[in-house]
Amino acid sequence: MARITLKNLAHSYYPNPTSEQDFALKEMDHVWDDGGAYALLGSSGCGKTTLLNIISGLLRPSQGRVLFGDRDVTDAATAERNIAQVFQFPVVYDTMTVRDNLAFPLRNRGMDTAYIEERVQQIAHMIGMEEVLNRKARGLTADAKQKISLGRGMVREDVNAILFDEPLTVIDPHMKWELRTQLKSLHRQFGHTMIYVTHDQTEALTFADKVVVMYDGRVVQLGTPEELFETPAHTFVGYFIGSPGMNLLEARIEGNRAHLNGATIELGATYAPLTGHTQIGIRPEYAVLTNGQGLPVKIHRVEDVGRHRLVRAEAAQQPLNIVVPEGMPVGADMTHVSFAADKINVYADDWRVQGEAA
Amino acid sequence: MEKTVNQKAWFLVLPVLVIVAFSAIIPLMTVVNYSVNDTFGNNEFFWAGLEWFEEMVTSSRLHDALGRQILFSGIILAIEVPLGIFIALNMPKSGFWASACLVAMALPLLIPFNVVGTIWQIFGRVDIGLLGHALAALGIDYNYTNDSLDAWITVVVMDVWHWTSLVALLAYAGLQSIPQAYYQAAKIDQASRWAVFRFIELPKMKGVLLIAILLRFMDSFMIYTEPFVVTGGGPGNSTTFLSIDLVKMAVGQFDLGPAAAFSIMYFLVILLVSWVFYTVMTNLDREEQK
Repeated sequence: MARITLKNLAHSYYPNPTSEQDFALKEMDHVWDDGGAYALLGSSGCGKTTLLNIISGLLRPSQGRVLFGDRDVTDAATAERNIAQVFQFPVVYDTMTVRDNLAFPLRNRGMDTAYIEERVQQIAHMIGMEEVLNRKARGLTADAKQKISLGRGMVREDVNAILFDEPLTVIDPHMKWELRTQLKSLHRQFGHTMIYVTHDQTEALTFADKVVVMYDGRVVQLGTPEELFETPAHTFVGYFIGSPGMNLLEARIEGNRAHLNGATIELGATYAPLTGHTQIGIRPEYAVLTNGQGLPVKIHRVEDVGRHRLVRAEAAQQPLNIVVPEGMPVGADMTHVSFAADKINVYADDWRVQGEAA
Repeated sequence: MEKTVNQKAWFLVLPVLVIVAFSAIIPLMTVVNYSVNDTFGNNEFFWAGLEWFEEMVTSSRLHDALGRQILFSGIILAIEVPLGIFIALNMPKSGFWASACLVAMALPLLIPFNVVGTIWQIFGRVDIGLLGHALAALGIDYNYTNDSLDAWITVVVMDVWHWTSLVALLAYAGLQSIPQAYYQAAKIDQASRWAVFRFIELPKMKGVLLIAILLRFMDSFMIYTEPFVVTGGGPGNSTTFLSIDLVKMAVGQFDLGPAAAFSIMYFLVILLVSWVFYTVMTNLDREEQK
């Protein structure tokens, strides 16, 4: 197991990248702790898989270094890195039995037969597949196959990190839950560093201690699920995390006030004069419908999503989503919306600005 | 909803029925007719029963031809299948050279059989052929017209040249369908090159390889044109395969009865072997699923 350090890392698929546009992965500096559960979250094409392949050694970065612990592995081959990877589609050796599948990485490394037998038994117990050890892998279901590839990764005791590349894509929804829970408990039990690539925020937020949100080849925020929810560092994070995402309203910021098309609201902090494109962001969960306080609001429709209702509205001529808890009436008297002042984030050119406490 | 009954729809099937009748059923029945009758011309037929079949089954001439045929099919399968796989494994996976290789590989398949025969017939001639003359110049005693072994080598090499591409192209298609993730997983598992072949590539190619083997078996078992053009079945009878023998019997000696019995048995043998092959393979597949 090892700490993973990415030093000045960047990657371009072009041989001679000239502008920043050419880079699939913009320059980044990160240290990922040993034994952490990380999720790489982002929409398709944002560079998650590129980053994962660099860590696993399938790709060599155009610049920068990758360190496992203190060892520089930038030029080390995949096999030398002692990492395991679970792919989007189950990769198992179809013609082998489950037992042989699990033993395969150990046999290739010339381990002793008695040790292999014992280790395979252990892993089979961990992933709950002792009963099917002697079956051929090809007849198994997709989730069983994913478990095998996970087990094949963990069978080596010296594994540095386990990488997951959208591993639940082909799994049935009800099995997803079970597999994710199992992953989490395996992580707690064995403390491998795990890196989990996904575009599904629920998966990322439930699996990881730390979520790395990527956008356009850049890591825009690395934080706990709570940080991502409360203080998104970039408008993309605000929009991408949460369902629906954060409301972003065009506003002019002046000290501790925001001016939106004539209306003014109080902010929880004081801001130095800002330049560029300024917005305020407020989670739909922190917007409250009132009968007089706050901004006037025009309600377009109300969607009942079960646990709560979602109000699609318009305030200061900009679209706004409001989450209304179950049980609270949405009547004709609800004509205004107020925001919890300390939950409002301020963005200049898409990046969050830290205010000073008022 | 009520379905309208319209018997006129049968007329739509009629053209196919007529074509099949004229192209397959009627000729086949003619052969069946010859096989159970004896004739001396004038369209007069004398009932012979299974006499021709009995004669053919016990004929040592047929046994020898069958032996040669089995040997030939065995040899070319043993060469073409591994060689085709080997070529497919070493072909570039993408880019300009992938297309260039594909076209080059497909070329022999596009050449008509008798042209292939003629090419090799000339190529191997000691007096003017490039191969024959070059070998003679090197002091190697090679002459496919009077040495059985040389004739066999020529015919086998010709078939390998003509048909290995088919196996290679099918195997290549099988290889191309393997997702990259398998190779990446194998790298992570530190699998050797042999293990990658044995556990990833071979299982994924299995389906197309079965088709390749079946096609090559049937085709080589019925081979006629190429060896006929090159060696004419000689020297002696050393390259007289089943179909060459059949033609000799039917249009050379004009023994229509025995030839008809022969061709029916020939047809049944190919059908039987292909069926057995197919059944065994699909059963193996099903067993593995369990």
